[in-house]
Amino acid sequence: MILIHCPYCDEKRPEIEFANAGQAHIARPLDPSGQSDADWEAYLFIRANPRGRHHERWRHIHGCGRFFNAVRDTVTDKFETTYKAGEPRR
Amino acid sequence: MSGFRLKTGGRIDRSQPVMFSFDGKSYQGFAGDTLASALLANGVMLFGRSFKYHRPRGLVAAGSEEPNALISVNRGPGRFTPNLRATGIEIHNGLNAFSQNRWPSLAMDFGAINDRLGMFFPAGFYNKTFMWPRSFWDKVYEPAIRKMAGLGDAPTTEDPDVYASTYAHCDLLIIGAGPAGIDAALGSMDSNKRIILIDEQDELGGGALADPALWPWLERSIKALTNAPNVTILTRTTAFGYYHDNFIGAVQRLTDHLPEIEDRPREKLWRIRAGEVVLAQGAIERPIVFDGNDTPGVMLSSAAKVYAHRYGVAVGKAPALMASHDSGWHDIFALAKAGIRICAIIDVRESVDSALMHEADRLGITVYLNHGVVGVHGRHGVSSVDICDYADQRVRRVDADALLMAGGWTPSVHLWSHSKGSLKWRDDLGAYVPDQPNENVHCVGGCSGDWDYGTGAVIDMLPTPKDQSRIKAFVDFQNDVTAKDITLAVREGFRSIEHIKRYTTNGMATDQGKTSNLNGLQIASSALNKPVPDIGLTSFRPPYTPQTFGALAGHAKGALFQPTRTTNIDSWAQAHGAVFELVAQWRRARYFPKPNEDMHAAVNRECVAVRSSLGIFDASTLGKIEVVGPDAAEFLNRMYTNPWKALEPGRCRYGLLLREDGFITDDGVSARLAPDRFHLTTTTGGAARVLNMMEDYLQTEWPDLDVWLTSTTEQYAVIALQGPNARKVLEPLVQGIDLSPEAFPHMAIREGTICGINTRLFRVSFTGELGFEINVPTAYGRAVWEQLMAQGAQYDITPYGTEAMHVLRAEKGFIIVGQDTDGTVTPFDAGLDWAVGKKKPDFVGKRSMARPDIIAPGRKQLVGLLTDDPNLVLEEGAQIVADPNQPIPMTMIGHVTSSYWSETLGRSIAMALVAGGHDRTGDTLHIPMPGKTHTAKVTGTVFYDPEGARLHV
Repeated sequence: MILIHCPYCDEKRPEIEFANAGQAHIARPLDPSGQSDADWEAYLFIRANPRGRHHERWRHIHGCGRFFNAVRDTVTDKFETTYKAGEPRR
Repeated sequence: MSGFRLKTGGRIDRSQPVMFSFDGKSYQGFAGDTLASALLANGVMLFGRSFKYHRPRGLVAAGSEEPNALISVNRGPGRFTPNLRATGIEIHNGLNAFSQNRWPSLAMDFGAINDRLGMFFPAGFYNKTFMWPRSFWDKVYEPAIRKMAGLGDAPTTEDPDVYASTYAHCDLLIIGAGPAGIDAALGSMDSNKRIILIDEQDELGGGALADPALWPWLERSIKALTNAPNVTILTRTTAFGYYHDNFIGAVQRLTDHLPEIEDRPREKLWRIRAGEVVLAQGAIERPIVFDGNDTPGVMLSSAAKVYAHRYGVAVGKAPALMASHDSGWHDIFALAKAGIRICAIIDVRESVDSALMHEADRLGITVYLNHGVVGVHGRHGVSSVDICDYADQRVRRVDADALLMAGGWTPSVHLWSHSKGSLKWRDDLGAYVPDQPNENVHCVGGCSGDWDYGTGAVIDMLPTPKDQSRIKAFVDFQNDVTAKDITLAVREGFRSIEHIKRYTTNGMATDQGKTSNLNGLQIASSALNKPVPDIGLTSFRPPYTPQTFGALAGHAKGALFQPTRTTNIDSWAQAHGAVFELVAQWRRARYFPKPNEDMHAAVNRECVAVRSSLGIFDASTLGKIEVVGPDAAEFLNRMYTNPWKALEPGRCRYGLLLREDGFITDDGVSARLAPDRFHLTTTTGGAARVLNMMEDYLQTEWPDLDVWLTSTTEQYAVIALQGPNARKVLEPLVQGIDLSPEAFPHMAIREGTICGINTRLFRVSFTGELGFEINVPTAYGRAVWEQLMAQGAQYDITPYGTEAMHVLRAEKGFIIVGQDTDGTVTPFDAGLDWAVGKKKPDFVGKRSMARPDIIAPGRKQLVGLLTDDPNLVLEEGAQIVADPNQPIPMTMIGHVTSSYWSETLGRSIAMALVAGGHDRTGDTLHIPMPGKTHTAKVTGTVFYDPEGARLHV
């Protein structure tokens, strides 16, 4: 069972306290109505599936409840880093 | 031709005889024996029948790598455990053990015909033979194959035992308490580290237990470790899996070795998080591949040494050794010193260390170098052995009654590999050893390839002058894989060891290739003419040895498997004979039958009561979220489809929640209590999902909004009071709220007290009748319910359950998200476009309502269905077609989502999702059901009181 560092609690906790929330750094467009069908499709459905470094969102759902971002290696399943929502991509 | 107890020696307690039975026959052993050693001492060589060919099989090993001697133990009803290794079963008085995979008996097994037909059972036989006809697989082939091929029987009754589980944390976890593991523990004992030392056997020592010269050291070491306060020792504990971040699963066997069944846990699951792990799992000796190497009495030479020195049992009166490695010579010398007459040493090598030759000479043992075994005589035990002189290909017979194999050593890298540590090939060992770690772990002793057993030749199988097609030289004893199967797989085009493994089953299942992997690799390597590292290595997977489901499940069974959520009113429903159903972990009253009433009659009565007078319903399970903050209205305006900012305090609104892709995900009535405070309700099953979704948007998209979300689902008991007499019952009980229709209209909320208890009183209705939902603090739920029951008696107040609730809402065309929608239904599809704020510039899902697929014609839309036969209730989920005479397969245009008998209307009603449904009003559609195709007319979804006159009273 992986240990995940929650950047808000600043503690490593077992993964059962957390829920994955998909790819990170996909901002909701500020003006959805102004989006073309193609742009809106890309926002809704198109996601990366990298081999290696992957930016993803996690929620400390059974802890502080906060959403945060993480860089996880999809090959080794190791977390490289976690950081608070709103901080720049690492 | 059989084993016997030596006069002296071993760690068994000869003063404590133990009586046990095997296949119904009684035997005597001693305290300290395993089932394997005790049966061997009694001359038993035959322990089981093989998986596929039903060949007679005996012991190969003395430890947990034993592939053949799989045993069932019966400790009474529900306490039947199959597939235990005889080498790991400690005997106790009354032990009741059985062999497996044989019928009618171990010595005479009808399934052995498979062995005679062996030429018809090559690798991939099942895949090739039973391909056709496909329809035969499930009903004919597979059951027959499963009956013949297989291991022990699965238990058939519930396991009465209890199982414990615990979490543990330590700085240093040492797995394996042989000399290397004990040294590692001794070396760290004086630090302040918390140390856990675990070993699968009943006593610490590992290989040292078979070396009397080490016993004084062992005794001193165990004493020191036992006295160290920072060292926890777990024996009879198998570390079965190594998971991320040094998380190790281990099962401790607590009572199976005891003669009496005790009132305490049988096993305990340890979940250990370790700062550092030392793996000291040792190495497993490798069998040698030759014709007849699976005959009972052919075993690993290291195992023979363990039986002699640890258990005081000789494996035979005149064993011979077949070696390609020095270690076998040392083992055979140890047997000779224990007083066993040695028949011969046969070694495939042309020369060996002169010291070995001198010692053999001194002990008077005949040595055949550059020889190999090419045949074994005897079926249920070794009677003699044919050996071939590779110099001139002459075959001679030696009169051995047991044959020991010494094919070198394989480091036990199973847990290392679970931890994703890399391996490197060592040509000199003919084995993979640990290379780069992936966790904070290192290997010591045998499992790191570090041992002093001497050197050996690495071979794939012994050369033989015999016709290759007529021999059976086994690689994987447990899965009945021969060398021929592997070469056949290569001939048929398999190149990767991963494919060869799956095609032949080499190294699969419970055994995980402990004795077979390396020999299989060597044979594949020779057949492919490629070095071993070039053909890959299969993955070792947990568990290291099979574990019980009981241990893994622990307390999570029965009522503790999944918690059942109950409301404060549940106990009242229980006392009043409710029939319950589970809804998203909640236990809800489905209906309240009176004596001699079936569900149909009860639901009809409950529905009529609500429409004609008064019903009462426990709605406490509704999800509830308190939304508070200066931006609360703005937040809800962005989340829900409808406008919220203009909603006045004291008023309610039906909220429709979409996902960003435009599909309905939840709905519920919510109330504005104050400019900055809302009381949201969600569906029973959607509460957690909705809160998570709202938190997501609030935290990550609109962190600038000043809003707090709090789940209050379990803070309120909710009682729905529904029916024309609802107000009359409430009036005398409520204080501080004007209940008149003018002061308290439909879709409003008021705060006051009921029976002296603070309440948030909603005037809402999910039935279409005058209705109130009374929210009180959870602890008062039942008390208020009982007051309402008493006050309502004059109106024959009727408790109703979820079933009547469903009928009542369907009569009004109110949808249930998840029943009438399925995650692909838009507000327009559901006929709920009135709930979408057309003027709002944005809300979650708005942009998607203009997606090409969502505005395209022909989408499935929610409609009402009235069957032409009013007495017929359609099956929910039934498919709908436009033309019943079209050829099969018919084009299905939709399905029935809700369908009930409406006692109020005196007929059946249904809702359905139908392609282009809104344009089909008045059309007749066809619903094929078993026996008959029914017809129904498309209608609107509101079947009762379409004007809503009954609500506004």
